[in-house]
Amino acid sequence: MLNISGIQEGFVLDHIQPGMSLQLYHDLKLDQLDCTVAIIKNAKSNKMGKKDILKVECPVESLDLDILGFIDHNITVNVIQDNSIVSKKELHLPKQVKNVIRCKNPRCITSIEQELDQIFVLTDAEKEIYRCKYCEEKYTNPNRR
Amino acid sequence: MRHLMNPLDFSVDELDKLLDLANDIEKYPEKYAHACDGKKLATCFYEPSTRTRLSFEAAMLNLGGSVLGFSSADSSSAAKGESVSDTIRVISCYADICAIRHPKEGAALVASQKSLIPVINAGDGGHQHPTQTLTDLLTIRSLSGHLDNMTIGLCGDLKFGRTVHSLINALIRYPGIRFVLISPEELRIPSYIREDVLRANNIPFTEVERLEDAMPELNILYMTRVQKERFFNEEDYIRLKDFYVLTKSKMELAKKDMLVLHPLPRVNEISVEVDDDPRAAYFKQAQYGVYVRMALILTLLEINVE
Repeated sequence: MLNISGIQEGFVLDHIQPGMSLQLYHDLKLDQLDCTVAIIKNAKSNKMGKKDILKVECPVESLDLDILGFIDHNITVNVIQDNSIVSKKELHLPKQVKNVIRCKNPRCITSIEQELDQIFVLTDAEKEIYRCKYCEEKYTNPNRR
Repeated sequence: MRHLMNPLDFSVDELDKLLDLANDIEKYPEKYAHACDGKKLATCFYEPSTRTRLSFEAAMLNLGGSVLGFSSADSSSAAKGESVSDTIRVISCYADICAIRHPKEGAALVASQKSLIPVINAGDGGHQHPTQTLTDLLTIRSLSGHLDNMTIGLCGDLKFGRTVHSLINALIRYPGIRFVLISPEELRIPSYIREDVLRANNIPFTEVERLEDAMPELNILYMTRVQKERFFNEEDYIRLKDFYVLTKSKMELAKKDMLVLHPLPRVNEISVEVDDDPRAAYFKQAQYGVYVRMALILTLLEINVE
């Protein structure tokens, strides 16, 4: 069994779908943070069979929960202080996300005006459907469970 | 300050008021002849559209205002690489209201976010064309007296036709609406309209291929053109372009008070012999387009005429 030590202050992202941790690492821009990160792939899980886990040693405010909620709102966020879990943060689908995904519609105004923010708005929470604010191109979350 | 991006930007009540105003303008045009004295409309057309642009210009001139603008991207600073946001900021200094047409979807929304004056979406690619929908609603309400309890046949290119999609979205807000969707297999209504709009709102509809089968039950027949620019393959276009031709003999199958609408320009889909039929409403529709744009300009400029 692989042994990874606890963290003093930071967060543990649990119940990540197996194989998704590296994408999450980039989406959360953890590569830009000067902190210790442990990426655990294919850990055993009673609930999921297999799961990924991310352990990050950094102040929890540096985590963008909106992006995390958009990517997969079923992930468990454990907040760690002094080596123990002090709280669990609940994730929600954000009403809109800015500059996380790009509109793929070649007819969208964002395809020619590069300085525009890429904004997607939640239009159907049940089906987890987002639409481009400008052209209404549909985006369905591929990580939907 | 208010803009118009989507026909659903107006609630049913607001829409009723706008259509009432348009009907009052139709009845008493002289009352409104100086309503926009000293006001300027900028028509920013990044792609050619004679009909819509002239309709907007006629509307503003009828209200006593004046117009300025450009009619293609080549003759605007877009050719020099200026963004829509920058252009609208500048136009805001020159005019009181702006109608914008752009080939890219969402361009009008971008303009409205930076504009200091009301912006009207005069068509953004295949996305929205709200003043066409307002025109269609005004035509139907004025000529048939109501917008509820009717069977509407939509015929032709239901796949790419944005006017059809907008009209469906606008009409389902009224009770007793039923659609007959008439198209060849290749040009059927997209699934997001069928599932997310019609089925999701329990709107009764049928899909048929033969126009003749649908004719007897229709209160409104909305014809559309098969647009060449939507096809990647010319063979498909040639095969489908004359799939439907409304003729005098087909009109004999229709109700005596059925109305024929078409957003124009028509090519072959309505035979010219139908033009003289009193049920042919497509040229009146073009006239209603001016009235509804006059009403829209007054509404967005918040001008009340007593």
